[in-house]
Amino acid sequence: MVRSLLIRGMLVGVLAGLLTFAFARVFGEPQIDLAIGFEDHVHHMAGEAAEPELVSRQVQSTFGLLTGVLVYGCALGGIFSLVFTYAYGRIGKLSPRGTAALLAIAGFVAVILVPQIKYPANPPSIGNPETIGERTALYFAMTVISLIAMVAAYNAGRGLLSRLGGWNAALAGAAVYVLVVAVAMVVLPPVNEVPAEFSAVLLWNFRIASIGMQIVMWATLGLGFGALSVAALAKQRQGAASRQSHRPV
Amino acid sequence: MTTATYAPASEPISIPVREILPWAIFAGLLALLALYFIGAEQGATAIFSGTYIHEFVHDGRHLLGFPCH
Repeated sequence: MVRSLLIRGMLVGVLAGLLTFAFARVFGEPQIDLAIGFEDHVHHMAGEAAEPELVSRQVQSTFGLLTGVLVYGCALGGIFSLVFTYAYGRIGKLSPRGTAALLAIAGFVAVILVPQIKYPANPPSIGNPETIGERTALYFAMTVISLIAMVAAYNAGRGLLSRLGGWNAALAGAAVYVLVVAVAMVVLPPVNEVPAEFSAVLLWNFRIASIGMQIVMWATLGLGFGALSVAALAKQRQGAASRQSHRPV
Repeated sequence: MTTATYAPASEPISIPVREILPWAIFAGLLALLALYFIGAEQGATAIFSGTYIHEFVHDGRHLLGFPCH
């Protein structure tokens, strides 16, 4: 059972990667090209030579981008399906599609939306190479805190269910998540390495494209995996039922 | 394979943890390793020297929101 769900998760992840690639080609790549144009301009004005290209822009924006989002999608789809195998049947009596949709929303908020509010995606030419270690550590710390807060919020809501009822228990859980994440955002140091002359419009467009890609990715995962898991789980149910009926009386 | 008792059609059958665990550990580790290579290799830390992996997945890394450069 786990095997067949894992395979489906990775397949949906590859599909999500392909759709995300198409979205990124149309909405993301133009912003990257503009940002690299800005970078070249800055180098030119400072009288420095342009950075040598180890991998051509042509390859970066096609095969490189495709490889990146496909591997990302496949890995994310695999992890998603494994979380689903645990969550299904354990979060209330949600259907497979409902479970997958709920997990995708919670995952998107915890892994992407909230960490990106604190440490948003940056186009090329933003970011000091000397602080990459610190920025990477902060980004992953924020992601891990957000994930832990999400699990804690679920458990809190679950624990209060019998006392507060469904609606208020869900609100209490959400409050736990918001509180923990808000404290983390205040405590963790800010990162702002955007050059003063960098176009605000370009920065906005880049970040919107980046979030858009993640919405395509997680929506495909949640809805696609939900649809595929119905068939897989129905087969499991049939197997269980036929073993039951064939049992000698 | 499944839980021992038969449940009526409306009840979801949960999958036992002992069945999930080996898959979760092995596939989970591989998936995290893959995400590391797309998101962080030759950035803050490097398993391989040089910058080829970083440059090859450069656009994806920026657009997927990982810290870069």
